[in-house]
Amino acid sequence: MVEAVLRLENLRKRFGGLVVTDNVTLDVLAGELHAVIGPNGAGKTTLINQISGLLACDAGRISFGGHDITHLPAHARAGLGLARSFQVSSVLPGFSALENVALAVQAHTGSSFRFLRAVAGEAALNEPALALLAQVGLSDIAGKPAASLSHGERRALELAMALATGPKLLLLDEPMAGAGRDESARLLRLLRALKGRFPMVLIEHDMDTVFALADRISVLVYGRVLASGPPAQIRADARVLAAYLGDGTE
Amino acid sequence: MQRLPALAGKLPARFVERELLPIGIFVLLALIPALARLLSEGYLLSLCGRMMIFAIAAVALDLLVGYGGLISFGQAAFIGLGAYAVGILSVHGMGEALISLPAAILASAAFALLTGFVCLRTKGVYFIMITLAFGQMAFFTASSLAPYGGDDGLTIAARNTVAGTAVLRGEHLFYYLAFACLLGTYVLCRVLVASRFGRVFRGAKENALRVETVGFDVFRFQLVGYVITGALAGLSGFLLANATEFVSPAYMSWQRSGELIVMVILGGLGSLHGAILGTACYLLLEQWLSGLTENWKVIFGPLLVLVVLFARGGLLGAYGKLVGRLRHG
Amino acid sequence: MSTALLIVQILNGLQLGVLLFLIAAGLTLVFGVMNFINLAHGVQYMLGAYLAVTFYAVTESFLLATVLALVATLAFALVLELAVFRQLYDRDHLDHVIATFGIILFLNHGVKLVWGAAPLSLPIPQALSGSVRLADGLLYPWWRLVIIAAGLGTAGALHALIMHTRIGMLIRAGATHGTMVSALGVNIRRLFTLIFGLGAMLAGFAGIMIAPILSVEPGMGDSVLILAFVVIVVGGIGSVRGAFAAALVIGLVDTLGRSFCVDILRLMMGPSPARTIGPAIASMLIYLLMAGVLYFRPTGLFPAAGR
Repeated sequence: MVEAVLRLENLRKRFGGLVVTDNVTLDVLAGELHAVIGPNGAGKTTLINQISGLLACDAGRISFGGHDITHLPAHARAGLGLARSFQVSSVLPGFSALENVALAVQAHTGSSFRFLRAVAGEAALNEPALALLAQVGLSDIAGKPAASLSHGERRALELAMALATGPKLLLLDEPMAGAGRDESARLLRLLRALKGRFPMVLIEHDMDTVFALADRISVLVYGRVLASGPPAQIRADARVLAAYLGDGTE
Repeated sequence: MQRLPALAGKLPARFVERELLPIGIFVLLALIPALARLLSEGYLLSLCGRMMIFAIAAVALDLLVGYGGLISFGQAAFIGLGAYAVGILSVHGMGEALISLPAAILASAAFALLTGFVCLRTKGVYFIMITLAFGQMAFFTASSLAPYGGDDGLTIAARNTVAGTAVLRGEHLFYYLAFACLLGTYVLCRVLVASRFGRVFRGAKENALRVETVGFDVFRFQLVGYVITGALAGLSGFLLANATEFVSPAYMSWQRSGELIVMVILGGLGSLHGAILGTACYLLLEQWLSGLTENWKVIFGPLLVLVVLFARGGLLGAYGKLVGRLRHG
Repeated sequence: MSTALLIVQILNGLQLGVLLFLIAAGLTLVFGVMNFINLAHGVQYMLGAYLAVTFYAVTESFLLATVLALVATLAFALVLELAVFRQLYDRDHLDHVIATFGIILFLNHGVKLVWGAAPLSLPIPQALSGSVRLADGLLYPWWRLVIIAAGLGTAGALHALIMHTRIGMLIRAGATHGTMVSALGVNIRRLFTLIFGLGAMLAGFAGIMIAPILSVEPGMGDSVLILAFVVIVVGGIGSVRGAFAAALVIGLVDTLGRSFCVDILRLMMGPSPARTIGPAIASMLIYLLMAGVLYFRPTGLFPAAGR
């Protein structure tokens, strides 16, 4: 019996009169890549925001690695190993690419309430940061300010930052969004290489990516989990086809 | 073996601006007493002394605003608190600097800690307003403290003694004390900015959400920065009270807080030594323009607008552009 | 503490409240729609008062002076918007703060040059200069009632404008989705100028109304400006409804607080300490209120959705 790394139980969230998350129960097992798909407005990003702690859920429980994290602030969840990337690249524009990743490394390498030693030369931070940049293929632009990076480079940087936190679970919110063909291919290779190391929750619209990578897929429609299971099962599910796949999306 | 890429790209121009210019400023300031004696301009000494005292608060404010992105409209209140600590202690017969100085810094730091708890829950203009509000609270409290002068302020009998000796009465020694405090403030702020703490603090200005989701409790870091800025302003207040031998609620007015922000902007935000230049520039302009006309602010006001519209980077920004144009023809 | 005094102070609180609303309404709209912090709003109020004094000296008619002063205030505001503020909408808040701070300096001292530093006064129109008898032993000045009525009337008109006209719809949309509105082809510049002018006129109107009661002097806008900012922050930036509610609350709290704080404290701690700290607490009440509201609601009571 594989223990779930992340467990969502009866999660509920409403904005005014609109129920955005409707009694969502979901498991993410160790080492699996769990994709969450659904039409626009289904509440996928809202769900990720609740898991990562940026949004408080109205009801329900979230447990991560055995801990109840329902009321834990976002930074504490990150401290426990919950990492995420954003749908719209969220990096530190004035910092260099290296410094962006070094900051993420810093969060998990000792205390940051250190006031005297200069941080720019700290090998304990720079070396892992450079290694991560190499992993996502950004070695040559390490010194460039993040604001001057292309869209695809920023996506990769985001991923490097998420990986820097030594994640025990990675939440990816549409990593392929806005990526060209080459970038998508590169990101796909990267994600495939990361598979199995730690569990991942992947929100994506690109069905090729989803069916290529996912171990299990959950379909979210109007905030509710319509179906959940291995790709083959989902592909054959009539309700899913009606609600989402069959509508000719993508 | 990976080579560390040339990150900071220390081009000569940046080196001049970031390292040589501050050194030059401090060397010049150190020589002022000699210069004053040479030119028989005693006024130069007191003007520069006052400038350095305000510069301490301005440099601290640059740390908060320029690096942290937290626009505080209440910095003057912390200066005033430090000054009032000196004043109130002297009324009760305590005129010893070794007590007054820590008291001034602690009072300001404590106020910063308490108000920071509330202020830092807000963002943007709400933050500006709430820092203003707390500044006003301090102002009104001071204005109504009848035993300590109230609206009219409080004259201090004499400058603080240091371990019983009246050394601070010597103008030259006092000048060098202010100099040392400014130098210390500058160095401290530079070290802070370059530290691990500084990276998180600066990061919060760039993208607080990202810093939070990477695993930092941004609130705590900003609170520490806010308290440090307040404490340094308290130091400034201690020196101000001793320099003028007078404390008044006017030290805490919101207009003063506004002037401090102007001083930082005039020099160039986010550079620390820019704040010193800006303070000097502001006080010199004040001296010069008020000599021309009593209503000098009628000229100064539009000048500020022009600076914002066309010289946003302040003096350092203009310097950088000039150098850029000279180097590239 | 007699009931008559209480009623008088409540009315005074309402009068301060509507005055604050007139000033805060323009401020919150300008901030809400254009994301522009206008510290110079207080000087619009001051200018209204000064212009009314001058026009009255020329025309001897309060009504005419009011109309002319409003027109002149509007004209000045438009010049200011075109020459300076328009270039600043895209800049960050710090730029707004510094630039408008410069405008305050310029105008506070400029009026000294034009009108002199001595306080000026404007007489209340003859017909409204007396007091009305509200109850036995309770007299209240007509003019203050006029201010309350004018304020409430303006609030009603503003509500109608914002809720039931096309312009109002654009204002509401602009407050929450500015880029969207301009993407829809609305001439956003003209909308901004309109809003700015409207706000300036409201502030000027407040200045004209209060001129007969207060003395007209340089810097009179400064203290009112701070109060107006407290109002819009407590009410929620971008929300005129919030500004109305907050203005009345703050007007009442400030007035009643100043009147009765010392007395209330005397009951709790004895006359001497009450007299020492009473006035301080009274002046601080609204700031404590603001701090309290922001602690629990960091974006005010009725923030325009999307903030």
